[in-house]
Amino acid sequence: MAGRLLTYMPKETWIHRLSGVSKMIFFLLWSITGMLTYDTRILLLMLVISLVIFKVSETEWKQVGTVFKFILLFLCLNLFAVWLFSPYQGTTVYGTKTVLLKVVGDHDITAEQLFYEFNIMLKYFTVTPVVLMFIVTTNPSEFAASLNRLGVSYNIGYAIAIALRYVPDVQADFTKIKHAQEARGIEMSNKASIPSRIKNMSAIIFPLLFSSMDRIDVVSNAMELRGFGKNKKRTWYMGKALERNDYITIGFALVFMVAGLAITFADGSRFWNPFS
Amino acid sequence: MNPIIEFKDYTFKYRAQKEPTLRNIDLTIYPGEKVLIVGPSGSGKSTLVHCINGMVPFSYPGDATGTLTVKDKDPAKTGIFGMSKIVGTVLQDTDGQFIGLTVAEDVAFALENDCVPQDEMFSMVYDVADVVDIRELLPNSPTELSGGQKQRVSMAGVLVDDVDILLFDEPLANLDPATGKRAIDLIDKICRERSKTVIIIEHRLEDALYRDVDRIVVIGEGRVAADCTPDELLASDILIREGIREPLYVTALKHAGCTVRAEDHPQHIETMNLDSCKDRVKEWFEEVELPEPKPKKESALEVLDLDFSYISGHPVLSDIRFRIEKGEMLAIVGKNGAGKSTLSNLICGFLHPDRGQILLNGSDIADKSIKERGQVIGLVMQNPNQMISKPMIFDEVALGLRVRGVPEEEVKERVYDKLKICGLYPFRNWPVSALSFGQKKRVTIASILVMDPEILILDEPTAGQDYRHYTEIMEFLKELNESLGITIVMITHDMHLMLEYTDRAIVIADGQMIADDTPANVLTNESVADRAYLKKTSLYDLAVRCGIEDASGFVERFIYYERTVARKTANEGTADGVSKDGNAAGKKVTSDGR
Repeated sequence: MAGRLLTYMPKETWIHRLSGVSKMIFFLLWSITGMLTYDTRILLLMLVISLVIFKVSETEWKQVGTVFKFILLFLCLNLFAVWLFSPYQGTTVYGTKTVLLKVVGDHDITAEQLFYEFNIMLKYFTVTPVVLMFIVTTNPSEFAASLNRLGVSYNIGYAIAIALRYVPDVQADFTKIKHAQEARGIEMSNKASIPSRIKNMSAIIFPLLFSSMDRIDVVSNAMELRGFGKNKKRTWYMGKALERNDYITIGFALVFMVAGLAITFADGSRFWNPFS
Repeated sequence: MNPIIEFKDYTFKYRAQKEPTLRNIDLTIYPGEKVLIVGPSGSGKSTLVHCINGMVPFSYPGDATGTLTVKDKDPAKTGIFGMSKIVGTVLQDTDGQFIGLTVAEDVAFALENDCVPQDEMFSMVYDVADVVDIRELLPNSPTELSGGQKQRVSMAGVLVDDVDILLFDEPLANLDPATGKRAIDLIDKICRERSKTVIIIEHRLEDALYRDVDRIVVIGEGRVAADCTPDELLASDILIREGIREPLYVTALKHAGCTVRAEDHPQHIETMNLDSCKDRVKEWFEEVELPEPKPKKESALEVLDLDFSYISGHPVLSDIRFRIEKGEMLAIVGKNGAGKSTLSNLICGFLHPDRGQILLNGSDIADKSIKERGQVIGLVMQNPNQMISKPMIFDEVALGLRVRGVPEEEVKERVYDKLKICGLYPFRNWPVSALSFGQKKRVTIASILVMDPEILILDEPTAGQDYRHYTEIMEFLKELNESLGITIVMITHDMHLMLEYTDRAIVIADGQMIADDTPANVLTNESVADRAYLKKTSLYDLAVRCGIEDASGFVERFIYYERTVARKTANEGTADGVSKDGNAAGKKVTSDGR
């Protein structure tokens, strides 16, 4: 069952060795920076760094491929919708209008619009690799431990960890139930129409819910019998103290955010204008 | 010596129930004792254990009278957390009780909750891992482990707390016979070497007695029905009265007309004194006639040279070849993970073979879809909760017909017909949730039968069922087989099931078919039993010890005798699995109260 989609895979890289918390802080600061700035120079730099990080984390395509394709699809839809609903957003932002291609009526393609949408695309590409990398390189238990260290209640941390622990089990249940229902004649493949497929999904969802409910009952008994919730605090087998690399990572993300935003807003606007 | 557990006139009633589940229990257990608790489902044996570990009354509220002390404490006052320092509980469902993402974390779970510093935790986990021999598994995920390994991990998880009392709730339920034997051995070792008090709840008595226990407590209808040594118990008729299966060799001795006496030490067949029985058993062996072998019939399902692998180069199944005749009742056996379920997935069309053919009534079904196969081959899953998708019984059974567009009039007729066969007609308008586990199983079987399949494949039809429910389900299947002529294939590792109810067993080990023979031959063949993680039946030992050379013939005669003579007398007037009017079944509504 190796290489499951979007699940943690232990590997020996310095990124895997980082504490989950520092990776999360990095990811949050990185996303904020990426969202605020429209400065193409900074976005390009972030893209390069993202790709380097992704490479260094030794993340394999099969771990994230499907999700990446899905995001790509969403990105295309988004870009098209922006053009459809506000084709002159780029002109408004950059103040000039260079028509490249007449399409229909009021919908021209302008160089400014293309550049504006290119920036949006860059934003997607700077954040996506970092999110995916965070998910596949962070041990959920260790992450729960570090959240707890940051002052988040261990109940919340453990809830996240245990949800992740049950993902493979629920996936296996799902396949089993789906097979059994297909054998009873419920069409789940693309032969059936979409509405009837959605209706038929209930034939999987209910048994899945009930068998998951059984699981919850057993596991909560098991946890209680072994003293979960006894004390206000608990220790963590997988806990990791923050190390030098963690501080460097957090420090870098902070400095990068401050510097990036300073450069972005130096001229009073979020946008970098190549047209003026 | 002071008792470590003492029940005095203890009665307990769950808040949601009218009648007490435990009545006037008087039971004393001393430190270092190893006690086996047996009893049918709903007898209160699980409740008894829950009283000891504090789940009663904290997780399952109710009212108690009388007194209970565990290591001089009252569990009802100490609480679950307090009791967890004294009593360690290994739950029945080894899959469900894992909490950690890795074995190491799971073992350390109790320590984490106790705020043990991390570096101390490491050494404690390593130590206890050595005791149960799972050191090299520590970094693995619990889902990757085999059934036996999972159980050892759960044991480590409670041992790490250094508790005084260990409770095992049906430790053998999910294990194949050979792994179960190892588990009993390990429990015995822990009990002796670490001087723990051990309490085992189990209804597979013969397997649980593989290692000595000090006492057996029989619980029946909430009362202590017996509290004696294994030898005394086997010599009495309490087991039969309480609906618990005796060891097979004891049954065989009784069939032969011998008296089982406590002073002959019947606990282990290997060491039992058989001097007074040998001649009788031999005589009986010669008296019992075997039936004529059945004539060959046309084949229902044929599997030819089947290969399958998930990853090429790692075959899961190779060269599987067998033929199932119409109207046969057959078992596919082998250890957990041998490829049994993969085989049924291939037959139902969920997976596709790399090589080979599957013939249904003589024609290849390679191009038939899951749905098309489903009309002829019905699959019943192990856990009914994984199949039932409608809240009402009628709708659930009707589902397969409705999606096939059968007119509602006909649906009603066919559903009622099958509900009658399954003894569920009186409940046709009930919600599924009101049924017991065994009844839910019948609902799933009815929902498959309604499509009139020719072949029924059942995955572990009796897993986790006590003797009474086991007999009920199996007699029902046998009736279906005999009266409707449905071919029945059961995937199982229950050797009793295979011996008592099937004519043939296909044994799969490490992806290969290693035997296709009568159950009697399979269970007396040491090399087959070893490779498939089965266990030689104790009847084999009895035959050998009585000087009968044809051990397999002895087993066959025993089975035949059981099916004809013994069962008829035992079942006179009761448990007719299939009732035509459905009224008789109405009386069998069981109160599966836990």
